Amino acid sequence: MSVFSDVPQAPPVVVFKLTADFKDDGHPQKVNLGVGAYRTDDCQPWVLPVVKKVERLIVEDCGLNHEYLPILGLPEFRSAASKVALGEDSPAIKENRVGAVQALGGTGALRIGADFLRRWYNGTNNRATPVYVSAPTWENHNGVFTDAGFTDIRPYHYWDAAKRGLDLSGLLDDLEKAPEHSIFVLHACAHNPTGTDPTQEQWKKIAEIMKRRKLFVFFDSAYQGFASGSLDKDAWAIRYFASEGFELFIAQSFSKNFGLYNERVGNLTIVAKDSDNLSRTLSQMEKIVRTTWSNPPSQGARIVSKTLNSPELFAEWKGNVKTMADRVLLMRDQLKTKLLALGTPGTWDHITEQIGMFSFTGLNPKQVEYMIKEKHVYLMASGRINMCGLTTKNIDYVAQSIHEAVTTVQ
Amino acid sequence: MSVFCDVPLSAPVAVFQLTQDFNNDPFPTKVNLGVGAYRTDDGQPWVLPVVKKVEKVIVHDDRLNHEYLPILGLPEFRAASSRLVLGDKSPAIMESRVGAVQCLGGTGALKIGAEFLRRYYNGNNNTKTPVYVSAPTWENHNAVFASAGFEDVRSYRYWDAAKRGLDMSGFLGDLESCPERSIFVLHACAHNPTGIDPTQEQWRQIARVMMRRQLFAFFDSAYQGFASGNLERDAWAVRHFVSAGFEVFCAQSFSKNFGLYNERVGNLTVVARDADSLRRLMSQMEKIARVTWSNPPSQGARVVALTLNSPQLFDEWKDNVKTMADRVLLMRAQLKAKLHALRTPGTWDHITQQIGMFSFTGLNPKQVEYLEKEKHVYLMASGRINMCGLTTKNIDYVAASIHEAVTVVQ
Repeated sequence: MSVFSDVPQAPPVVVFKLTADFKDDGHPQKVNLGVGAYRTDDCQPWVLPVVKKVERLIVEDCGLNHEYLPILGLPEFRSAASKVALGEDSPAIKENRVGAVQALGGTGALRIGADFLRRWYNGTNNRATPVYVSAPTWENHNGVFTDAGFTDIRPYHYWDAAKRGLDLSGLLDDLEKAPEHSIFVLHACAHNPTGTDPTQEQWKKIAEIMKRRKLFVFFDSAYQGFASGSLDKDAWAIRYFASEGFELFIAQSFSKNFGLYNERVGNLTIVAKDSDNLSRTLSQMEKIVRTTWSNPPSQGARIVSKTLNSPELFAEWKGNVKTMADRVLLMRDQLKTKLLALGTPGTWDHITEQIGMFSFTGLNPKQVEYMIKEKHVYLMASGRINMCGLTTKNIDYVAQSIHEAVTTVQ
Repeated sequence: MSVFCDVPLSAPVAVFQLTQDFNNDPFPTKVNLGVGAYRTDDGQPWVLPVVKKVEKVIVHDDRLNHEYLPILGLPEFRAASSRLVLGDKSPAIMESRVGAVQCLGGTGALKIGAEFLRRYYNGNNNTKTPVYVSAPTWENHNAVFASAGFEDVRSYRYWDAAKRGLDMSGFLGDLESCPERSIFVLHACAHNPTGIDPTQEQWRQIARVMMRRQLFAFFDSAYQGFASGNLERDAWAVRHFVSAGFEVFCAQSFSKNFGLYNERVGNLTVVARDADSLRRLMSQMEKIARVTWSNPPSQGARVVALTLNSPQLFDEWKDNVKTMADRVLLMRAQLKAKLHALRTPGTWDHITQQIGMFSFTGLNPKQVEYLEKEKHVYLMASGRINMCGLTTKNIDYVAASIHEAVTVVQ
């Protein structure tokens, strides 16, 4: 008898199941608007030219070896990554109160941050500190904080389905009512899955309440540069909170903006009140990292570090990022135009008002099912589409399919 | 006031502190016998020639991209790794009851295995199942299992300081008296830190008791090939347990035998009684990986997969591994010979009887301190030395230093 005989079967992760179904589909015009990775107009993955260039430099560099990185990661990667988020002239960095942990993608950064907060924030091992994630949010946020030991994960109002935009009053209300010291997971830009971000004015209101009510700011920044095409613009919220004196965590991912998805390049940036608090915090981060992955993988961090730290490569990278952001913006524009031209019922302004990789179309589950089964256009049950899945070659078919779904199914 | 004001400073990891002290030491003939990484006879890190070759192949392969790996990792890596430890003709593999999770080095494999066992082994979320680690063991074993939630991590007798060998009767005694279903962390070969492995006959005895008492076998295999120079020989214990019908976990690391320390290449091989149990088990592994790092890093796994799956590269790799193992064996032989020639008090047979990277010299903490402070020879307080730190150029100095320490300090 197996010692595993009572282990239950876990359901597959939804977004990967969607891609698996897409792969198995034999329909010639099938379109995958599911999983969040960039695609070219030929619907191919894109290895950024600057990445290809730097990979070659690395392999030819005989001065490099494979010795263990420090537990907290490659120093030049960590500092460059924090600088990208907080800005060249960040006062917090100049005041030596910014630290970082190189982590396994955005997920790893969230995980280490969550593990730390559960152990050391708001008391010692206080699993009951409420953790608020947006309604809706990336499906793994809940899982990461739960696995780190938090027992009280709650949603905060975010998406207003009726007006297809931000439910600001709901959000502000939740901030006012949350227990003091609650942790809030904020999307730095290009909210996943809605694509709807607060305006600068709205961020200011959010910050005011969070400061007054002593709420902890944990940013998830997976799309810096990818959202608007501008690194600084996409980091506005983070920098605003930092300038307002908040202590905060930023889980940075370089999966999308460097196209380095499978090398797991992430960084947990920590802004503390002073360097003493920072160093004690980092020492505990080391302990957590040591029992999770010991020390992080080198390849992706080297690529990002070399790029960010060379003015020439940095400029080239920004060009590559803009290429991706621009294509997404073009697809947004074209999709809305085509839906308007078709006279598709409903409003479609949100397609161009939303930002980043994802759009919350507003399609309901029945319409989504129609799209998948009848039109072989794959998207999440929530109505979320990945704009990167659209190309000049398939956009007419997709617009037509959405039109059909909306007019045929209610 | 910082939200981190009560976070205590954690002590640095001992072995890294040691290397730091070594790095800061200006003494011209200083020697680092601390952290466990291979060094050439010139005291340099060594990027395996086959690794260098395969990295170039990878960078020039335009069919490769950076799309996310599956949650469980690169399939061809996982399969090849499991084959490596269990054997190409492993019946368990042929019976479809072997699975694998690509992990972040050996640490990551231990972590995922520990997290799974805490959730699903011996009941649901049974944090009280005793976990036994050898006395002594790698310093991170205890912490990995504790951080996975196990409350009762104990030691089993292993090192007999008096006879400088295996305390077999103590080990068997602990196997007989422990609670049924306890988890035992076994070193597959080249025990860290003692370098003492059970003989095949002793492993058979251990296995018989563990089978009768329904104890769980969790192998830590960080030195396959590196220990004896022979892959099959170093996997004998794991293969014996599998052929004896055990369900086992085996945390494999490719840090040492591929010299890929910083790319974090590991694999958790899982052997279950049947394919159905395996399937359910793997689905839960996916859930755990998803909330820890989402999916693993590609670079190191690609290097290992390409190498293991190509007959030519595989041969080249075996050769590189033998080069490392042989140098270690040579240093062992020479150190013992020199200590004998110096007529250093005590017995030194254990230096050549022990196997792998490490040797438990038997030096006590005072003698270790003397070596560090007076002779600038750095080793762990336990008396553990890394044989790889020895070279033909420094071995006389080290032998003379040990001689001094033993004769001057008691």
